[in-house]
Amino acid sequence: MHPIRRKRLTIVLFLLAGIAVAVGLTTYALRQNINLFYDPSQIAAGEAPLDVRIRAGGMVEEGSVLRDSESLKVEFKVTDFNSSVLVEYTGILPDLFAEGQGVVAMGRMTDNGRFVADQVLAKHDENYMPPEVAEALERASAAKHKAGDSSSADTAY
Amino acid sequence: MYPELGQFALILALLLAVLLSVVPLVGSVSGRDNLQAFARPLSAGLFVFVAIAFAILTYAFLIDDFSVAYVANNSNSMLPWYYKFSAVWGGHEGSLLLWILMLAGWTLAVAVFSRRLPSVMIAQVLAVMGMITVGFLLFTILTSNPFDRMLPNVPADGNDLNPLLQDFGLIVHPPMLYMGYVGFSVAFAFAIAALINGKLDAAWARWSRPWTTVAWAFLSLGIALGSWWAYYELGWGGWWFWDPVENASLLPWLSGTALIHSLAVTEKRGVFKSWTVLLAIVTFSLSLLGTFLVRSGVLTSVHAFASDPERGTFLLALLAITIVSSLILYAVRAPVVHVRARYGSMSREIFLLLNNVLLVAATLLVLIGTLYPLVLDYLDMGRLSIGEPFFNLTFSPLAVATGLLMGAGVFSRWKKTDGGWLGRKLLWPLAVSLLATTAVMVIYGGFKPWAFVGCFAAVWVSVATLWDLWDKSASRKGRLHGLKRQSRSYYGMVLGHLGMAITMAGATVVSNYGIERDVRMSPGDTAMVGDYQVEFIEIGDRRGRNFTAQYGTFEVTLDGEAVSVLYPEKRQYLVQTSVMTEAGIDAGLFRDVFVAVGERIIDDAWAIRLQYKPLVRWLWLGSIFMAAGGFLAIADRRYRVRDKVTEKRAANAPAPRGDAAEALS
Repeated sequence: MHPIRRKRLTIVLFLLAGIAVAVGLTTYALRQNINLFYDPSQIAAGEAPLDVRIRAGGMVEEGSVLRDSESLKVEFKVTDFNSSVLVEYTGILPDLFAEGQGVVAMGRMTDNGRFVADQVLAKHDENYMPPEVAEALERASAAKHKAGDSSSADTAY
Repeated sequence: MYPELGQFALILALLLAVLLSVVPLVGSVSGRDNLQAFARPLSAGLFVFVAIAFAILTYAFLIDDFSVAYVANNSNSMLPWYYKFSAVWGGHEGSLLLWILMLAGWTLAVAVFSRRLPSVMIAQVLAVMGMITVGFLLFTILTSNPFDRMLPNVPADGNDLNPLLQDFGLIVHPPMLYMGYVGFSVAFAFAIAALINGKLDAAWARWSRPWTTVAWAFLSLGIALGSWWAYYELGWGGWWFWDPVENASLLPWLSGTALIHSLAVTEKRGVFKSWTVLLAIVTFSLSLLGTFLVRSGVLTSVHAFASDPERGTFLLALLAITIVSSLILYAVRAPVVHVRARYGSMSREIFLLLNNVLLVAATLLVLIGTLYPLVLDYLDMGRLSIGEPFFNLTFSPLAVATGLLMGAGVFSRWKKTDGGWLGRKLLWPLAVSLLATTAVMVIYGGFKPWAFVGCFAAVWVSVATLWDLWDKSASRKGRLHGLKRQSRSYYGMVLGHLGMAITMAGATVVSNYGIERDVRMSPGDTAMVGDYQVEFIEIGDRRGRNFTAQYGTFEVTLDGEAVSVLYPEKRQYLVQTSVMTEAGIDAGLFRDVFVAVGERIIDDAWAIRLQYKPLVRWLWLGSIFMAAGGFLAIADRRYRVRDKVTEKRAANAPAPRGDAAEALS
């Protein structure tokens, strides 16, 4: 083969190898690290898989936050005003976590129907609503066919 | 009245930008010098009017003119003056204006510091910069006017700046980052100009290189500042979250790093030309993509100010026009370029090619991880997120591989490097690095495979780089003479590579040996974090200018000896009624001790986060080295000494149209 062509071939092969490695690594890692979002209604309906890391979100139910006085354990209910799910978390909650506010948690479902969170994310300012939560609320209120409820989701956008 | 003058200045700037993007280009195509000569004055005028608009907005902030909607939404009379100043870019409209100011600044800089460029080239480069400015000015004027007024119902006071942004980090982070983002537009403009006139040669690479290096240096600093700010202000001690917004800034950095290396090959050896041009296009496109991701509201984060679908669509259109038109131009013109130089399969060219392959792979990886959830969401295929584990798992091997390659690469020679010679050369650095890495493992107490690999890569890069410096500086007239003889661009490379090694070492050690504990503490309690003992003394109240705070007093001791007293705070901002955590950090070159107060559990018991962060400062120290390397490299003599031969040749060159036409046929 002509030396220049051979050089070009090497370059092309190198590039292909690089891309192949990147794609291979990516798909392998993607398969294991995708976190799907479930809203409280889906979880109540048993759609969320057990013991797989997922995201769950909704509004923190008023009066549902229970703090253990001896440790950093805290429990609260997350609701879409249709169903709610009990979330268990050990650690420090974000600054903007509060009852009646939107929240997204990462964690796993246990077989007793609780969601054990390892990470809790709250909004960045008082007007912001996580889009997943806004959508979940919309879905829930649509399911209920109650005109009054939709306002909470509408104002979020 | 004066805010309308700001608006008027923006419109005038738009008119000048339109002229700038048309007149010199027409001049360069038709070969009329008098039209080309408009490029420089138009650039200067453009900058002046954008600067006037920016100054007027700044003035509105400083005098608390709440009749301007943007000021009312992002400022407050209680805000200290320096935050009023930085609040100018604390929201969407103002940060866009800052972006345009930077763009106009870079355009002016190109116009001023390009006396040696052929006038055809400079006319085309400035015209392309003008086109980009037209796009962004239109965007501002049509969708995000910072001078909109709230008349006649002027609010009594402003809505305040988001408390997260009331911080020194915000004053400096966006300008640095934008300098980098926007700076790549110069590399892009040079690439497009080279494609238009079909002259992709070593001279083109030499002109384009310093601009690219400066942009890259600013971007390195900007990213590091963002990471530093996240560490002490928002992150509870985290320094990189693989958040889409962070990725948006990392993407152009990765491809920009590839670009400065590929430019080096193009300048020195005249090869990889088409590839370099493509990288320049890709890098600037990624900067635009970053702007789109951050500003359009498709992402939700502290950076996403407003989700206005109109803005998103506009930015997406701008992005699409840029990418599609430049790629079409590339497809039509790039094959013109012929490669004549030869190089062996073991040469510096090949090492730099591999470097590019790895960096591009890393770029793709981050791009896929960032866009995948967005695309699925857009197609309504479900909401999902891709977390840190994905990026850590895939990015780390590529980073290590890049490090290993870098160490070997510094010894390699252009054209041909003898494999056996290189192997023998690397033997000693290899042995030294292995020993040093083992020592590091012993010091931090515990072997971890990833920590070993990461540290080894970092040590290997530094040992090899310094070894090479030692080799090169050998001189019969003494070491000092030898050191003096090395060029500034060589020292730039040394600093840049050492910076990379420092950042890698910091990232590896803090991720593997950092300790994080969340504990419940009451005054009088003590807790251990690493070897440090932290005692909770008391909690008190204080009042700041626009917030009230509860602060804890914590005494940190090491083996019974006092290290420092920390006062972490929990602030309640008065206007936006939001709570902010201010960590107490005892910073050191080799470790940080970090205390943050969480929520009150019961009575006087609080949730407290304690962290021991070894080498965390190295993360950002490395970027300072990298940026310093970049600035040193462009101070190299060869960019300043008049190159008479090139100049003469450029002056006598035939009309570029003919060249391109010939080459095309």
